[in-house]
Amino acid sequence: MQVTIRLFARLRDLAGTGELARDVEEGATVGAVWKTLAGEFPALAEYESSISTAVNAEYSRMDSTVSDGDEVAFLPPVSGG
Amino acid sequence: MSTTRYRVTHDPLRLDDLIDAVTASPDGDAPPGPGALSTFVGLVRDHNVGRRVLRLEYEGYEPLALRSFELIGQETAERWNVQMALHHRLGVLQIGEASVMIAVTSPHRADAFGACRFVIERIKQIVPIWKHEFFEGGDVWIEGATADPDDDGARESAYRLASAG
Repeated sequence: MQVTIRLFARLRDLAGTGELARDVEEGATVGAVWKTLAGEFPALAEYESSISTAVNAEYSRMDSTVSDGDEVAFLPPVSGG
Repeated sequence: MSTTRYRVTHDPLRLDDLIDAVTASPDGDAPPGPGALSTFVGLVRDHNVGRRVLRLEYEGYEPLALRSFELIGQETAERWNVQMALHHRLGVLQIGEASVMIAVTSPHRADAFGACRFVIERIKQIVPIWKHEFFEGGDVWIEGATADPDDDGARESAYRLASAG
């Protein structure tokens, strides 16, 4: 199955794109999607302990499972205001 | 007249839009006359940790930012008897421009002040928006809090700051 990955701010800069589609295994977790991504872009690894995640624009956890067609977002520490 | 409570926009912010949103009567009758209106406006500062700032570029995950605004609205209503509006700007902002505006009405000033402070503290904790700072000699993404709306400690910290006045 395929998911759309969204990256923001410095994560987007490090990966060189804000949106990419990747195949993941059936029943994959958000954490598994992150591992796939960090394997492809090793510079992202430093963010593993500080990112937040979202599935279909709702905050999620690393152990949340994803479904075909989901939008999975990885968010560095926020700085709005 | 705009009465949108929560907004993320690339357009310049207008405080009147927020005030309209929190003072307009929902059923079109006479305004309720809340007694107190408190506002907060965040402006782009010309310096940050010793750097001379030239401009900021704000990026956001808009649908989740709006949901976070709604959550902050619910948390605010659980603690105070208030009406709240919150607008945040994205894109390139020059020094002195408004990046965020909050308006809160309440029957009494203590609630209006407290809720307004709570909202800005909570924005900095859980809203997926980021500042890209361009300063003399370089640029840097500003990274503050790891956003976790379920972190009770962070929420209590924001409530405490709001109650301290």
